[in-house]
Amino acid sequence: MTTEQHDSSVYEQIRATDRFQELRRRYRSWAFPMTVAFLVWYLLYVVLSAFARDFMAIKVLGNINVALIFGLLQFVSTFYISWAYSRHSAAKLDPLADELRGEIEKADR
Amino acid sequence: MSHTTLATVLFLLFVIGTLAITFWASRQNKTAADYYAGGRAFSAAQNGLAIGGDYMSAASFLGIAGLIALYGYDGFLYSIGFLVAWLVALLLVAELMRNSGKYTMADVLAFRMSPRPVRTAAGVSTIVVSIFYLLAQMVGAGALVGLLLGITSDSGKALTIVGVGILMIVYVVVGGMKGTTWVQIVKAVLLMGGATLVTLLVLGKYGFNVSGLLGEAAAQSGKGAAFLEPNLRYATEAQGIWGKFDLISLGLALVLGTAGLPHILIRFYTVPTAKDARKSVLWGIGIIGTFYLLTLVLGFGAAAMVGSEAIRAENAAGNTAAPQLALAIGEAIFGDVGGTILLAIIAAVAFATILAVVAGLTLASSSSFAHDLYAHVFKRGNVTEKQEILVARVSAFVIGAVAIGLGILAQAQNVAFLVALAFAIAASGNLPAILYSLFWKRFNTAGAVASIYGGLVSALVLVIFSPVVSGRPTSLIKDMDFHWFPMENPGLFSIPIGFLCGYIATRMSKEYNESKYAEMEVRSLTGVGAEKASTH
Repeated sequence: MTTEQHDSSVYEQIRATDRFQELRRRYRSWAFPMTVAFLVWYLLYVVLSAFARDFMAIKVLGNINVALIFGLLQFVSTFYISWAYSRHSAAKLDPLADELRGEIEKADR
Repeated sequence: MSHTTLATVLFLLFVIGTLAITFWASRQNKTAADYYAGGRAFSAAQNGLAIGGDYMSAASFLGIAGLIALYGYDGFLYSIGFLVAWLVALLLVAELMRNSGKYTMADVLAFRMSPRPVRTAAGVSTIVVSIFYLLAQMVGAGALVGLLLGITSDSGKALTIVGVGILMIVYVVVGGMKGTTWVQIVKAVLLMGGATLVTLLVLGKYGFNVSGLLGEAAAQSGKGAAFLEPNLRYATEAQGIWGKFDLISLGLALVLGTAGLPHILIRFYTVPTAKDARKSVLWGIGIIGTFYLLTLVLGFGAAAMVGSEAIRAENAAGNTAAPQLALAIGEAIFGDVGGTILLAIIAAVAFATILAVVAGLTLASSSSFAHDLYAHVFKRGNVTEKQEILVARVSAFVIGAVAIGLGILAQAQNVAFLVALAFAIAASGNLPAILYSLFWKRFNTAGAVASIYGGLVSALVLVIFSPVVSGRPTSLIKDMDFHWFPMENPGLFSIPIGFLCGYIATRMSKEYNESKYAEMEVRSLTGVGAEKASTH
């Protein structure tokens, strides 16, 4: 089904190399904890909306209350995490991934 | 000229323009990669706009604005869930999927499994999720036409739905992914333009004083400060503890559904590399996030300027709040003619929105039928590209017809609410299998099949026995009451069931393919062997 068939053992060898393990670690150690963090932060907002109406109703500025600010902060955190991830990928993931891919494809020919 | 004539003219211009693009695109459709993935040759910015186009459906534009206009703050919850959900797609799915798949969601799920059972399950779930989502869009089309063309008879609405259905079939059958993507791009630009225009006019009227606008909305709603707080629609006092769990269930479904939506997932295949897939999601998040901030103003603006009574009188579920606001703000600032023009513009944009999303959904489900079920399951891979694409085109017809039929049946529901059900089904049936496939070495065929069917069936069963279908005045079936599930959204139960079924079935089966997992991991992270863009 794949257009370029490799010996599966080739992939197992690459997977075992230190540099691939480093790439894997750099990806997972950033993406996994961050996923947990934004899900917790989001669920906190949802749970407060369901159970803590009085808190969410506190007015902060004019008619702008905690609920609205909390909601807008979810936008801010989403934009920030997206930006941070693109920075992280460009600096830590892409160079290593490109390097590994180059070598594998070269060895292939 | 009345607003109906003008809106019809504007909408026809959109239709003619997009049809021209579609036929132009069809002349460049040569291979299967062209038809399914637009030749993988779109830029990140183009695909980012198309992601926005695919995602900002009638639910986002009409549904959320309507919920905010009628229930105040609770509608905003949808915007937040729909947006935060993109982080799951960005961090965990987009790039890995682009690197290891080809045309459909099932390509990734079947990568290291026994292909036939997994493709069957993934194909079925793709089609079910897409049809639920299609249903919501069709309901939106029916609601709009009442306001737009003054058609209130059931047969008139039905005729509109048929018209929308035929157009979307043409886009998909003729244009494939390339034509459909361009339709999404044009639509995204129009929608952002229209929503920005109305937002600026509304804010301008209130002297850019957001607090003032909120105060006016609260006063007009007749509910006072409660209108700006959660729990007018969800988790109300009357609903008791299940109402609170229902809100959490909705929140979970929204945030976990996006990365399981087949028509969104296949967007990642339309760009040359995983890096472009990432960039296109970043573009998408920027566009979608901005749009949801605009809907906040649209919703509260409609509450302040149109009032919930006038909105309910037009459409009980609130689906017409945004176009009604356009009329009101246009009249307030530019007089009657201005109101007419603005209503016509917004109504035409809303129609374009529905049409584009519907085309994206039809493409996703017909692709899955042809590529997963027909080519790989029925024919075991013994088909030519030509035959496969012919089947894709024929199934687009069939799915279009099914969507038309269902859309005519379900007119009384809020569009955003119906879409939330599609999200719950996607989060339960698709997401567990996708995440396990990408990240869990031990995951196997039994686990994939169990998690898809387990999540899908539990979500569907809970919806069928929920108050959405029977037992309440707003239910689909009004004369009977066979509901026993207390919540409207099944996510809180069905999503964990999907994950659990996958886990247990995996542990119970000894089979797993270590070397294929190594291949998948290396390919997904480095991009080795990823499908290339076509060069013509």
